[in-house]
Amino acid sequence: MAKTTAEHHGFPWKHLIGFVLSIVLTLFALWVALYTDLSVTWILIIIFGFAILQAALQLLMFMHVTENSTSSNLTSRVQIGNILFAAFVAIVIVIGSVWVLTAGHAKHDKHDEPKTENHGGSHDSEEHGSH
Amino acid sequence: MKWDEFFVTGDPLIYGADVSILLTMVGILFYLTKYNKWKWLWDEWLTTVDHKKLGIMYIVSAVLMLFRGGVDALLMRTQLAVPDAKFLDSQHYNEIFTTHGTIMIIFMAMPFLIGLINVVVPLQIGARDVAYPYLNAVSFWTFFIGAMLFNISFVIGGSPAAGWTSYMPLASNELSPGPGQNYYLLGLQIAGIGTLLTGINFLVTILKMRAPGMTLFRMPMFTWSSLVTMVIIIFAFPILTVALALMTFDRLFGSHFFTLQGEGMDMLWANLFWLWGHPEVYIVILPAFGMFSEIISTFSRKTLFGYKAMIWSMLLIAGYSFLVWVHHFFTMGSGAAVNSVFSITTMAIGIPTGVKIFNWLFTMYRGKIQFTTPMLWSIGFIVNFVIGGVTGVMLAMAAADYQYHNTYFLVSHFHYVLIAGTVFACFAGLIYWYPKMFGYKLNERIGKWVFWIFTIGFNVCFMPQYFLGLDGMPRRVYTYSEESGWGPLNMVSTIGGFMMGIAFLVLVYNMYYSFRYAKRETTGDAWDGRTLEWSTPSAMPPFYNFAKIPEVTGLDHFWRQKQAGKVEKLTAKDIKPIHMPSNSGVPFIMASFFFVAGFGMVFDWMWMAIIGLIGVFGTLFYRSFEYDDGYYVSVEEVIETEKISK
Repeated sequence: MAKTTAEHHGFPWKHLIGFVLSIVLTLFALWVALYTDLSVTWILIIIFGFAILQAALQLLMFMHVTENSTSSNLTSRVQIGNILFAAFVAIVIVIGSVWVLTAGHAKHDKHDEPKTENHGGSHDSEEHGSH
Repeated sequence: MKWDEFFVTGDPLIYGADVSILLTMVGILFYLTKYNKWKWLWDEWLTTVDHKKLGIMYIVSAVLMLFRGGVDALLMRTQLAVPDAKFLDSQHYNEIFTTHGTIMIIFMAMPFLIGLINVVVPLQIGARDVAYPYLNAVSFWTFFIGAMLFNISFVIGGSPAAGWTSYMPLASNELSPGPGQNYYLLGLQIAGIGTLLTGINFLVTILKMRAPGMTLFRMPMFTWSSLVTMVIIIFAFPILTVALALMTFDRLFGSHFFTLQGEGMDMLWANLFWLWGHPEVYIVILPAFGMFSEIISTFSRKTLFGYKAMIWSMLLIAGYSFLVWVHHFFTMGSGAAVNSVFSITTMAIGIPTGVKIFNWLFTMYRGKIQFTTPMLWSIGFIVNFVIGGVTGVMLAMAAADYQYHNTYFLVSHFHYVLIAGTVFACFAGLIYWYPKMFGYKLNERIGKWVFWIFTIGFNVCFMPQYFLGLDGMPRRVYTYSEESGWGPLNMVSTIGGFMMGIAFLVLVYNMYYSFRYAKRETTGDAWDGRTLEWSTPSAMPPFYNFAKIPEVTGLDHFWRQKQAGKVEKLTAKDIKPIHMPSNSGVPFIMASFFFVAGFGMVFDWMWMAIIGLIGVFGTLFYRSFEYDDGYYVSVEEVIETEKISK
């Protein structure tokens, strides 16, 4: 049960570096978002970049993504299935949400948009009632 | 904050609850002190890491929550029984339907199923405990504390009233002021930690701790359904965690993720909620499917029909469950393309479920069916669940959904799938594995009464609601007028609701009756079972489950051994020292600190939240430097426990 499966190789440098880098990346993203004068688009691009970097970092440093199984091929098949399913879910969440919340009449949920041709259409107010 | 804002005042029902809570607490403290049970409580339960005991505690908590959620339901049904009733005011009614929904899903259905998974899965795969026993205790205690935090809301501070979906902007500070909605956010957040840990724990347990010879395609169906459920938990629960955290930020720290002001997006909450919420539906139904598979196979005396088809349809459901969430808000009006796509995915997810229904029917076909109580619940499930499934396909058509949306038709639909699916499974599984947990069966005659009263009451309660919905009665209204003509059917529905309440009381009486009078089991095989949990020599397995880990040669290993007359007898020379994990009080203490932190956040008392969180991190830190590799049970002790003659 509680058998020590992983042997300890001295100090866990890998984890410490990963941990510190994660915090640094988060603080940096916060700084970019709050204290720079970049346009919203650029801020989004930069913090998305940091997010992807951090995800990769965590997969490498904490999540054993490079670990190879020598004893059975079940473990590596489970790993691959796991990663593929994770990618599938992540894509569904991100692209799905963007699509659902911006397609068709859902557009008018963006309150920041100036009143352009999307708004004030005759059937638009009708749709509002269904919220 | 004045004391009369801190405590909920002014409602006789609440004062009644205050008194009964106080009396129960005094009663428990008196009992524990008088019979000197404090040490027993601490050693045997609060610090345990044994999966069977944790499972029993999950189930006990779930039954208590079923009582609480059921009382909520009966209060609502009483208010709705006649037009223009004055029993509850609108705010109180809103609070009650909110807590009813939240408690039944998060604090009743999930822990009930997770409790049964805890008890059964390690035994079914021939393991001595889960992969991370300590983590399992953390799971239980964070769930329990989350549930308690949510439950005290109705006497301290006021309950959430924005529905179990807590849509924004209704759940915002402007429209739901006070601590009520914070209870929802923090209670679910803390309990969610426990669920996520359970997901990881049982995924690893099932993948890594199976007995030798038990390949993936030799696992019992309940274990398979648990495995798939854990995968869904791991991928779906983080969405809820993030969404709850963002709403907490909105309410406590003035951010604008879902608010109407400051470029927030209110529908993003609904979107994220259902991105978690739909997989959640499958989290509470797949283990139920697994249990019915075991029970139907056992009492038809046949191997499960279409074993592999069952597994593949479950895997398909796991993938599909992430592709249907928009059908919960078709009426948001996202446009034809979005609604059409999600209509089609929703109808498609019915196909693997249909496959499973046929598998159960073909398992029973030409079987020697024994009508035991668990089997009655399983047959009742097939009939009633199909009604819920068919109305679900009706709701799946986006165009038609504009008519059904937010009416009692929908309310009836999801009660037909959740009660006939999950609740029937909880009862069936509880009765089926009761001898494994307590060493005796529940009385079958009383059990059959429970089944018939509950099932008839269930149909009397919810069948009229389909027609109320088609008549246009909206959900979540606290009253309606005489002229609407909804009075008679509502009265019928209320009568059905109270029948279900009576059935619950009879079930609890059955527990007491069987505790007093039931014949104690002498073997581990109470139902002539097929899977490994029935192969232990004693009725209740010892804390290490198996003195000797079984070697599995195929599906239904234990059954085939019995057929061949080759059930292995344990001999003294088979016994080796057994490595077991040590008990620990840290999970309980950690969860208590979570309570302090959560309670502080609910009332926006940051000093208290910080103290609580320091405590949480303190216990984590303590655990990180604790080197406890467990202990060994000696050969002599095992021989004595197993009563082997030398």
